[in-house]
Amino acid sequence: MSERGNSSLLIRGGHVIDPMSGINAPMDVLLADGVVVHIAPPKKIRGGADATFDARGLVVAPGFIDLHVHLREPGQSYKETIASGTAAAAAGGFTSVCCMPNTAPVVDSAEWVNWLQRPERGAVVNVFPIAAATVDSTGEQLTDFKGLKEAGAVAVTDDGKPILQDQIMRDALRMAAEQDLPVIQHAEDTRLTGHCSMNNGPTAFRLGLRGMPAAAEADIVERDVRLSADTGGRLHVAHVSTADALKAIRRGKRARTRVTSEVTPHHFTLIDESVGEYDSNHKMNPPLRSAADREAIVAALADGTVDAIASDHAPHAIHEKQMEFERAPFGITGLETALGLAITQLHAGRKIPLTRIVELFTAGPARVVELKGRGTLARGSFADLTIFDPKKQWRFEAAKSRSKSRNTPFDGWKLTGKVTAAIVGGRFAYRAD
Amino acid sequence: MKKAARGSLLGIEHLQRDEILGLLRAARRMNPQRPRPLLRRKRIILLFYEPSTRTRSSFEIAAKTLGGTAVLVQSSGSSIEKGESLLDTGYTLRAVGADAIVIRHPNAGAPHLLAANLDIPVINAGDGMHEHPSQALLDAYTILTHKKKFAGLKLAIIGDIYHSRVARSACHLLSKFGVAITLCGSPEFVPELAATIAHGVRVTRSLEDAIQGVDVIMLLRVQKERLAGKNIGLDDYITRYQMTPERLKLAKRDAIVMHPGPIIRGLELTGEVADCPQSVIVEEVASGVPVRMAILARAMGKV
Repeated sequence: MSERGNSSLLIRGGHVIDPMSGINAPMDVLLADGVVVHIAPPKKIRGGADATFDARGLVVAPGFIDLHVHLREPGQSYKETIASGTAAAAAGGFTSVCCMPNTAPVVDSAEWVNWLQRPERGAVVNVFPIAAATVDSTGEQLTDFKGLKEAGAVAVTDDGKPILQDQIMRDALRMAAEQDLPVIQHAEDTRLTGHCSMNNGPTAFRLGLRGMPAAAEADIVERDVRLSADTGGRLHVAHVSTADALKAIRRGKRARTRVTSEVTPHHFTLIDESVGEYDSNHKMNPPLRSAADREAIVAALADGTVDAIASDHAPHAIHEKQMEFERAPFGITGLETALGLAITQLHAGRKIPLTRIVELFTAGPARVVELKGRGTLARGSFADLTIFDPKKQWRFEAAKSRSKSRNTPFDGWKLTGKVTAAIVGGRFAYRAD
Repeated sequence: MKKAARGSLLGIEHLQRDEILGLLRAARRMNPQRPRPLLRRKRIILLFYEPSTRTRSSFEIAAKTLGGTAVLVQSSGSSIEKGESLLDTGYTLRAVGADAIVIRHPNAGAPHLLAANLDIPVINAGDGMHEHPSQALLDAYTILTHKKKFAGLKLAIIGDIYHSRVARSACHLLSKFGVAITLCGSPEFVPELAATIAHGVRVTRSLEDAIQGVDVIMLLRVQKERLAGKNIGLDDYITRYQMTPERLKLAKRDAIVMHPGPIIRGLELTGEVADCPQSVIVEEVASGVPVRMAILARAMGKV
């Protein structure tokens, strides 16, 4: 995390989109001492600033928050480090990332939660740890939610694996509610997905690969929504990929159950056919689904069933991905392509308003993990800002990624919408050339 | 990923009809008794990660018959046991002078990975549940020996389609030539999805429906361990799907019975059917040699 800026910065001439504050208008923003001190129509902010940033033609938004990032520390720094992962995050416009606990060892103690947040990790954006829900994420024994929250954890999860046992999930939701923490579920009934490496469908059959049925996700989501209603616990469904799971979430929301959800850019962009001839950079979990599932995802992003776009940035070394498809690990990088894909696919492609897209990167995720003073540019909130050019066309080159890894299906993709700057605590964490 | 080297054979799905016919014609010209030395000074590596009798021996005989050198590398007894990756194994074999690699592997797509990273032809000798192109070609060769042309033929494939690379390759090949294909078995072995594999493929649960009036019956091996825990037991399977002389009468009088082997007498077929005049099971194995000679000659640019 960068130090609080002790100088002032005026962002001038931009178009502010701050859905939490209901702002969608040309505004100037003055930052000082790490907070937003003033936001006003153009040229209304009196007095000087130590520095100004010309944001003409650009959108000025609250700093983006990514609820689902694998920074790979501790233990897998050959894939990514907190320093390299947060540098990629900043380049993608994310000023805050929530990091997943499936590291080596698993982040299941206050000590490790503290370790992740130390300055020597070299983070250039805010890092909010998500802790394991069960000891070593084996799904057997709950961790110390109170201690984890006090250390700074913003949620609990066994991500990468589901919490399968009904009673453990029920207890997790109940105990987490006492600490007002959400339980994030990787919804996959692993009893139905053994040895599977992609979505079940014609492509899997043709390629001779075992397919994960959509029901493996929907069944768990339906159960979890029910348990959330029973216990009053906050449920957040990670990386939703199927139409049926979205239906269950929609029903839960209508019934006022405390359920939220996220989807990834790759699930609203690609489908199972994109796997081609065994391209392991199209292998992730949950897998790319059918075209009908993708349609349902786009609809759910528009109608509010989904609260956030999250990258599920999952870096892996080249030698790990250059394996037989069935043996290669699940996951792709995604921090630097998230905004471009959202604007290209959802705004340009599907006419979802830019305000809604910004909400999915800011107010939406901020509410899921209740990050106070973030996800908004209201006066007094943290001086975290994302400034982007919604019309700029560019080509993503994996070789130039700030991540340590290159496992992306979007290498060479032409995208619309590019991050110009990411400001964390009043200071530039990223600035485009 | 880069394109596979010219001469590679990764699957049937993406082959054109004339490429298939070219291979079948070349196979017809191959005479294992009086071969031409098309593979002289060529080193063919047989990289086998799975057991095999027919495929391995016929590729080896095919290579040697054409004057080439065939070297067998198996996962057991090689550095693969020490954890060497598929690609590193491929680079090693290229470095020792391989001119082509024939690969059998338990994972679908393994030949594709190798081919995308090597500059020598890669031949798929069976990859997981995906494809077994040389088997489909020798099956097509055998069918043409008896049926003269593909157009208008009706074929039934019976058994464990889901796990079968032989079935997938056969469907791709025969579908390209307008053969009407019926896949038959229980839902565990023949999911409805199977009908999407190629044009002109349908699924049925009834053996009688499947073989009524067909020209070719292709039986697949049923692995007993795969029946375990399924809704269908061994006895049930035999009752519903075993090929018997009585059932064979439902097919055309001149229908042929095929099986990629190894056969399990008393399970997917009776001994009488295996040995009856309509059975071409042994002939299929024999066809494997000229067909694989043609595949290797094509790999070396000699066809």
